[in-house]
Amino acid sequence: MKTLNRRDFGVALAAAVLLPATTARADDMDVHIDNFVFQPAELKVKVGTTVTWTNRDDIPHTIVSAGKFRSKTLDTDDKFSFTFTNPGDYKYFCSLHPHMTGMIKVE
Amino acid sequence: MSGHDHGDDGVSRRKVLECMTWAGTGVLWTVTGGVPRSLGIIDSAQAATAAAPGMSFLQISDSHVGFDKPANPNALGTLEEAVGKINAMPAKPSFMIHTGDITHLSKAAEFDNADRIISQAKLDVHYVPGEHDFLDEEVKFYRERYGRGTKGQGWYSFDAGGVHFVGLVNVVDLKAGGLGNLGAEQLAWLEDDLRGKSKSTPIVLFAHIPLWTVYPEWGWGTEDGGRALEHVKGFGSVTVLNGHIHQVMQKVEGNVTFHTARSTAFPQPAPGAAPSPGPMKVEDARLRSMLGVASINFKQNEQRLAIIDTPLQG
Repeated sequence: MKTLNRRDFGVALAAAVLLPATTARADDMDVHIDNFVFQPAELKVKVGTTVTWTNRDDIPHTIVSAGKFRSKTLDTDDKFSFTFTNPGDYKYFCSLHPHMTGMIKVE
Repeated sequence: MSGHDHGDDGVSRRKVLECMTWAGTGVLWTVTGGVPRSLGIIDSAQAATAAAPGMSFLQISDSHVGFDKPANPNALGTLEEAVGKINAMPAKPSFMIHTGDITHLSKAAEFDNADRIISQAKLDVHYVPGEHDFLDEEVKFYRERYGRGTKGQGWYSFDAGGVHFVGLVNVVDLKAGGLGNLGAEQLAWLEDDLRGKSKSTPIVLFAHIPLWTVYPEWGWGTEDGGRALEHVKGFGSVTVLNGHIHQVMQKVEGNVTFHTARSTAFPQPAPGAAPSPGPMKVEDARLRSMLGVASINFKQNEQRLAIIDTPLQG
């Protein structure tokens, strides 16, 4: 049995990228804001995943999960990242446009 | 001047939606015999102002200073145009109210630029904040400039021309999935503020987000706005002035007249007419044609509004 070398590990990561986007896996994930909507609205990730939100609207938004995390105001094309180190359901919303809601499920 | 009067036969939903397509500069209000009467947006107001006795005041809203996106790359410029029109009025209004979103991103320079332009009108300005005015990390720039003498998050009242004005804040502590929010503390203050006032005192409530439910799918309404309206029940004349939705909308319910003002920065779509309420990009020539005028007349003992919309061009 061989030790996993750095190159093989890279191949394993590359394979993971080919899996469906919502499959739980400790890779970085993206959420976009388009037309006042978080897309995808619900995301399943593994513990350790970093999720990056990008605001693609012409209006600023925020990413707020009460007691968990809170972004600065994101102007157009600004990004916010958060690494999920604990499992659980993280509901979040835009504090400027509270009808905008989303969920990160961390397993 | 071209225009059409929606008032005499009441306002049909279709006509209201037509009116909503105009973006304008400001609304001039006058109070005659204690009843607020909107004379229209700036230009068309001029002739009426000269003829109408009593106290008049102006409403501007949603100047979004700092906004530079395609829907209007120069929001400061259009604010300056609006102030130029105010200065050109033959009869000066007594004061101005600004119903929020002074700035786009609550930057100190945006507040400074807004003040530099708005102060050129040489009028007292009574502000309430929009959600775009509370975006700085310490939430201090708005309060430092406009919060003096206010209660809580910035609410207050004052009297002018026999009318009781109440500035409310409904852009703080918004709840996930919800709408605008006044909160228990502010509602208790409002109840106290109105206690003992004669029911014949005309009341003007102004706040950024509409106090009535315009379109909840886009967050256009105030969760506990109905509770504020309970406190003004029984008053003979109540006028609710809001911004936020960058278009004219109005309705009358009993003695309460609801009105939203246009933005000086950019138009937003009619409810449900686009995938989102974001800034509406129109052709340059059309944007100018949308900087229009509207007059809204409150007639004593009548429940219907008369609306006259007049574009500046086209």
